[in-house]
Amino acid sequence: MATTEKQKSDVMLKYLRPQKSFPSVWCPGCGNGIVMGAFIRAVDKLGYTNDEVAMVSGIGCTSRMPVYLDFNSLHTAHGRALAFATGVKFAEPKMKVVVITGDGDALAIGGNHFIHACRRNIDITCILINNHTYGMTGGQGSPTTPADALSTTTPYGNVEKHFDPCDLAKSAGATYVARGTVYHYPQLEKIITAALEHKGFSLVEVIANCHTYYGRLNRKGDAPAMLEQFKENSITTGKAKNMEASELEGKFVIGKIHEDAVKSEFCDEYQKLVEVQKGK
Amino acid sequence: MANKQKKLLQGNGACVEGAIYAGMTVYAGYPITPSTEIAEGCARELPKLGGRFIQMEDEIASIAAIIGASVTGRKVLTGTSGPGYSLMSELFGYAYMTETPIVVVNVQRGGPSTGLPTKVGQADTMQARWGTHGDYNAIAIAPSTVGECLTETIRAFNLAERFRTPVTVLLDEVMGHMREIIELPEKGDHEVFDRVKPTVPPEEFEAFAMTDNLVSPMPSYGEGYRYNVTGLTHDVKGFSTNRTDETIQKLDKLFNKIEHFTDEIFKSRVELVEDADVVFISYGTVSRAALQAMQIARKAGAKVGSIQLYTIWPFDYEMIKRATKNCHTVVVAEMNMGQICHEIQKVLDPSKKLETVQRYDGEIITPMELLEKLEEVL
Amino acid sequence: MSKILDKIEIPTDRFEIRLSGSGGQGMIFGSVVLCEAIGQSGDKSVVQSQSYGPEARGGASKADVVISDDEIYYPKAMKLDLLLAMTQESLDKYYGDLKDHGTLIVDTSLITELPTEDYYGLEFTRLARNEVGSIVVATVMALGAICALTGLFSKEALTEAVLARAPRGTEDRNKKAIDIGYDEAMKIKK
Repeated sequence: MATTEKQKSDVMLKYLRPQKSFPSVWCPGCGNGIVMGAFIRAVDKLGYTNDEVAMVSGIGCTSRMPVYLDFNSLHTAHGRALAFATGVKFAEPKMKVVVITGDGDALAIGGNHFIHACRRNIDITCILINNHTYGMTGGQGSPTTPADALSTTTPYGNVEKHFDPCDLAKSAGATYVARGTVYHYPQLEKIITAALEHKGFSLVEVIANCHTYYGRLNRKGDAPAMLEQFKENSITTGKAKNMEASELEGKFVIGKIHEDAVKSEFCDEYQKLVEVQKGK
Repeated sequence: MANKQKKLLQGNGACVEGAIYAGMTVYAGYPITPSTEIAEGCARELPKLGGRFIQMEDEIASIAAIIGASVTGRKVLTGTSGPGYSLMSELFGYAYMTETPIVVVNVQRGGPSTGLPTKVGQADTMQARWGTHGDYNAIAIAPSTVGECLTETIRAFNLAERFRTPVTVLLDEVMGHMREIIELPEKGDHEVFDRVKPTVPPEEFEAFAMTDNLVSPMPSYGEGYRYNVTGLTHDVKGFSTNRTDETIQKLDKLFNKIEHFTDEIFKSRVELVEDADVVFISYGTVSRAALQAMQIARKAGAKVGSIQLYTIWPFDYEMIKRATKNCHTVVVAEMNMGQICHEIQKVLDPSKKLETVQRYDGEIITPMELLEKLEEVL
Repeated sequence: MSKILDKIEIPTDRFEIRLSGSGGQGMIFGSVVLCEAIGQSGDKSVVQSQSYGPEARGGASKADVVISDDEIYYPKAMKLDLLLAMTQESLDKYYGDLKDHGTLIVDTSLITELPTEDYYGLEFTRLARNEVGSIVVATVMALGAICALTGLFSKEALTEAVLARAPRGTEDRNKKAIDIGYDEAMKIKK
């Protein structure tokens, strides 16, 4: 049975904070709203109660998301969301802990916490919205800004290299890694659901539009135009497997990139240690 | 009465015992000399008690993790020294702003920067008050014996929970590493204050409600209250605000919830000041040199008193005024280039002389150095 | 005339011990078991402190123990009542901290130049090697001697404290070392 508009809005109402007024701080057309919608529906599908979810964020546009949602929300300091989330999860392993972050927040100032959360394989789902720029401070270069791209701090083109967050997470020890875009909504909902279900550290990178800064500075057009570009430039993991690196230049490989169902989870391992040492 | 269990402990080890006595169940930290024995002790002891120890990737992550654990309702601890304490500064501010109880033990060494990792210092005294940016109020306490490392750590937890705020326990290298035989307390020997939880139903709950004592009841994550915690200036519900009236209300709350209760927080040991010509003022390890010098000087016929500060912040200026009423000279002794002496200067009657004994070479102040200063000022 | 410095007396309610030698000889271990032995022998206050860092690794290493019936104010040694020197370097470095007529105990298998006639000399290292078969126990042997010479704690308390902290399998060697140190010291006790 197809979901009606009415049912959709009921789901939203169930998870949006009644005390918080809209519109949000996000620019009209911002991809963050799409990610929020996908996340809410994934949570609803999995039947999590509002009480058992802790949503942790740092600083940046994405980091305002927890404030709108009716979960236990922890809006922390720039880059530190994963370190705070580690404390929440480790102290209270029964909570579903989700970090919502951006490319600057997670990979620049928070890069160290990012790789160590992956390494521990702590059961946290990290949704990293990658818009290739610092949106909140007005369009500066970030660790995912592509070479030659313009930003207010790379006014003559970016001379730095960029991170691939999925590669980074995989090699640092994350056990579920996937990439989606705000254009490919059904897939996004699916991979967020899978990430939430996964026991261990899961990363969902979401390619999103910041038409206000990144799009404008790089002549990529408005929000719909940027979404069209995501559509054109995305390649599924299945197809990408048989392609040369040169062919994948500038493309977004989307879908599940890595999964390891064997590696043990950090809080479980610690609990085992506690069971052995308890009362000694 | 049965004899209490006695144990030879380092100051750092006594902090661990005190924290566990107070109900600490989560420790997150990063190794740093001369505080590492605190982390090692927690790594060893917490699993046995069903608690949790995690070594984080740096000190920023350490304080972040204990704040995260604290909002789930746990009593939390981290231990560090100068460089780590500096790294924690930003998130100290987050804990002040979000009114999250945490306890941080800073085992001070020589600074600035890497400084003297294995040597003693007391130069983080002002940092414990003013370390992070913005306006706030701080609590910092300083034990001077291994026994007090245990009892003052309990007090630190009680203050953190009672006032919903970070508390710094200022140790120093000598204090952290020296060993003394102490009696281990049994249940009931010391008061343990537990976090006040809300009694109203979630729909009436305001996370940062104004109360008579300015401290708002604090639910744990998962208990149905689902409030917002943010480092942005926020209203009583926890949502960010730019309103001037709400900003004033929040900052006044942060400041006054401690300032108005200075009497409750302040603790000192005042010895023989009534007839004293000269009064030593000191804190931490230095107080032991001061008491020793006072004892020797009294035996030699000199009228000398001592004020030892167990609570450094909030500072009780009135108490200093009262206790220095009768002397002609105050000697402030500290292992830095002069920090608390400036607080004394603010309130000392202008008719009285303020003298200092300071060391910042990584060695502790000796009784003889204080006696030599007495020779000068008597 | 001085106002106070000429009149002051070193407090008599403290007994200060320094164990000194080179890094690795077990001065810190020795000071810790000394504290525990004293703790078991009565209601005295004790404070132990030591050098940390580069100082504690090689070169002259020391650990101090202050003992009193009352509250101990200053935690470090001011004027030593007893100095144990296990090497020439440590003796040269710390002899000046010993009180007039303080007790000096030296390892005469390693120390040849003595600044005074007033000392107890025992060949701890040689005895440890020849009688026990391990120089590692030389410091524990010296603790046996301190026990005999000061009576600050019982031999039983010392043995218990040492065995509680020594690695498993070294019990007999440590016991033997304590006995030799104690007996040899009793022979020369003044």
